[in-house]
Amino acid sequence: MPEGGRQLTVKDQTTAPVEAEQATDEGPTIRLMATETYDEAEQIAPAAAGGAEPIVFADSEVVFELDELSCYYDAFRAVREISLQVPRNKVTALIGPSGCGKSTLLRSFNRMNDLIDGARITGAIRYHGVDLYADGVDPVEVRRRIGMVFQKPNPFPKSIYDNVAFGPRVAGYKGSMDELVERSLRRAAIWDEVKDKLKEPGTALSGGQQQRLCIARAIAIEPDVILMDEPCSALDPIATLKIEELMRELKENYTIVIVTHNMQQAARASDYTAFLTMGEDRAGYLVEMASTQQLFTSPENRLTEDYITGRFG
Amino acid sequence: MADLAASSAVSAEIVRERISGRRTDVGGRIFEAFLLFALLASLGILITLLVDVLTRGIGVFIDRGLDFVTSPLSSEASEAGIGQGLIGSLILMLLVAATAFPIGIGASVYLEEYARDTRFTRFITANIRNLAGVPSIVYGLLGLAVFVVALREITGPDTQGRSILSGGLTLAIVVLPIVIITTSEALRAVPSGIREAAYGVGATRWQTVRSHVIPYAAPGILTGTILSMARAFGETAPLIMVGGAVSFLATSDRGVIETLQGKYTTLPTSIYQWVQEPQRDFIELSAAGIIALLVTILLVNGLAIILRNRYARRW
Amino acid sequence: MRLLFLSAATLSVVITALIILAIIGEAWNFISQVDLPALWSGGWFPRRGMFDVPTILAGTFVIAGIGMIVAVPLGLGAAIYLAEYASPRTRGWLKPILEILASVPSIVLGYFALQWISPNVIQNVCVGGSSNFNMGAAGIAVGILVTPLIASIAEDAMYAVPRSLREASYGLGARKRTTSLRIVVPAAISGIVAALIIGFSRAIGETMIVAIAAGGTGGSVFSVNPCGQGQTMTAAMTALATGSDQVRGSDLAYPSLFFVGLLLFAFTLALNVISERFVRSVRLKY
Repeated sequence: MPEGGRQLTVKDQTTAPVEAEQATDEGPTIRLMATETYDEAEQIAPAAAGGAEPIVFADSEVVFELDELSCYYDAFRAVREISLQVPRNKVTALIGPSGCGKSTLLRSFNRMNDLIDGARITGAIRYHGVDLYADGVDPVEVRRRIGMVFQKPNPFPKSIYDNVAFGPRVAGYKGSMDELVERSLRRAAIWDEVKDKLKEPGTALSGGQQQRLCIARAIAIEPDVILMDEPCSALDPIATLKIEELMRELKENYTIVIVTHNMQQAARASDYTAFLTMGEDRAGYLVEMASTQQLFTSPENRLTEDYITGRFG
Repeated sequence: MADLAASSAVSAEIVRERISGRRTDVGGRIFEAFLLFALLASLGILITLLVDVLTRGIGVFIDRGLDFVTSPLSSEASEAGIGQGLIGSLILMLLVAATAFPIGIGASVYLEEYARDTRFTRFITANIRNLAGVPSIVYGLLGLAVFVVALREITGPDTQGRSILSGGLTLAIVVLPIVIITTSEALRAVPSGIREAAYGVGATRWQTVRSHVIPYAAPGILTGTILSMARAFGETAPLIMVGGAVSFLATSDRGVIETLQGKYTTLPTSIYQWVQEPQRDFIELSAAGIIALLVTILLVNGLAIILRNRYARRW
Repeated sequence: MRLLFLSAATLSVVITALIILAIIGEAWNFISQVDLPALWSGGWFPRRGMFDVPTILAGTFVIAGIGMIVAVPLGLGAAIYLAEYASPRTRGWLKPILEILASVPSIVLGYFALQWISPNVIQNVCVGGSSNFNMGAAGIAVGILVTPLIASIAEDAMYAVPRSLREASYGLGARKRTTSLRIVVPAAISGIVAALIIGFSRAIGETMIVAIAAGGTGGSVFSVNPCGQGQTMTAAMTALATGSDQVRGSDLAYPSLFFVGLLLFAFTLALNVISERFVRSVRLKY
């Protein structure tokens, strides 16, 4: 529990706002309220709070719907009661300072957190209306539809061909593997660079190429969604730009959710952006989510504005 | 393969149907069961072995207790004991410690602290690794050729060289590569900062090694040497080659040199003799001897682990 | 001081040189004097002048082979379980148990082979009777000896495979068994092969188990029957070294000891050198 006059709200108690003090250059301390429900913010201090509702989409466009989702590692809450929607065939970015639980949140989308002892969630995350964590849902089937690309490229120590073919083989793909491999490598914009060396090890490629190989590998199982966890943070600027271009092409066929701590990348490459930050209890929470254009040009929440203008994070 | 096309909206029922699955993966469960079985089988074998040894051997301890521990070898099962074997093993351990440890630690210190990375150094290191993989009986053969035959006059003029001295020296060579390897690992684990600090105040290499590196690495070195002793304690094959299998240890009215040059038996070789007799009493004797052997080895290993844990915390 | 330590280090080279010289010397003695037919005489009876090399090779490899049949599934199975399936808590008490098994001296396993494995396992499996001494019991005991060695080295190799590879595999919708067998094991394969080679080398060099349980102390005819007796290189050496104070009998008995020793040394050295190629950063477990 924080000291002083601040109170944490817990879900079952009556809500009292969480206060965050922000000292700014512009004069006296301005108290901002970041609250749990955005309509309360409207009541308390409409001008200062500026917590807009996260953007809502038409039912037919929604791929993910998060409903007060919290992620825990044993007793520690890493992510606090996030509610938002992710639209299909768009690039949605999750941004925020490091340590605020963005990766944890992303990994809950495809149940990768299941692999960690003591990880659990409360609330719900619905995928095309289906609760991903319901009894009877097979995490393996989930992961075949919601693929992932990781921060550090991690190709298998196998040939390029076998890297891409691994997922389909495991899933029992019976069609022409050669075609599938070529199609995946083309879609990942790396076919031309590797078409003559498919038998060579994937680890022999450069960092940027490895990451595109990992994207091809993820695409090969024909997922519905591709999650990307800071995919460019280990890459040089040119490779980064290539991948950002790639994301724009990919969204025609896939829904993309990307975590990044590089704001400019989010501004360049995404259609919608959600800004998270860390609260007093070290749990991440959603501050604002809007179309990228709106978030970056006229954010409604003061915290968001401070973040994107570089005042913190 | 995934079958939900992203380019069109999909109904919840279809999705639910697709991603709900049989939670139990039969092949996977069978595989995991097999793996666990492999592990438990190893455990089971160990337990079976211990139970067999205990049931057959404990009777000897119960009936004869201390008498068994102190009696010498005898052709009468009811009178034979591990007394001479224990003394012989003890003397052997002392010989091994006196020879293998200084040489092994010295060699290690040279390789890790003094030697430059030349072809010669790498050759020596590779050589030592190969020696560690040589079967112990080959060392017995070496001991036979060198200590028993060639150095007969020194090792045992009256016993044709098949003395406890030969045995001890032979075991020392068996243990030497292991001592070098474990000491090297312990020395390598010393952070270079410690050495740099010492050089920084003007210490010579020997001073650095003596006062800083070795004390830091001492727990690791100690553990390694104790573990190698435990290993040497159970060795039998090389001793058979250099003549330790058929003899008695003479009693103590001889001087040190004469004892060293005299015949001997050890705990493992006593057991070996008994195991070869088909009569039930000798089988029981060998089981009892094995109990003594295992208890000793367990204690020594346990000591090494306790020391390692205790000193590890200090740093 | 430097000189002191240097001499200690050089001593190790001296030892290797001595091994080779001493052994080669006498072995050459044997080779130059023996009649070639004696090396193909149907049985290993050194005191009668029969030095059939295939006999002792057959005994060695039959027993080592049976040992590997036992040790590879048990050892690799235990290794995969410990590296991939066991929780840290389980690992905490299972690994020490494997280490305890590893510290059991071979003479104890020799006893076990003769007194338990032979009557309880072999006599039941081998129809048509078998002697109490047989290669099968010795082989199984050798397998028990080698299992912890293989398990330890293979597990180290698998544990060292980076977590990110497993994550990538799970992320593609692979289950644990698939990930273990198709990603982790292939990634660790060089360490696993090293484990197998080192295990095999240890099995070949094992003495006490075969000396106690495999029979053939007076000599043996050529045999590959695990239900029957056999003679390995190592047991042949102990048989030659014991028996009487001087190694008498055929004049060639003493040098033949070194000939067999040279064979054994050559085999194990070759295996160890090959395994070095496969070992990259695998800790050497002694």
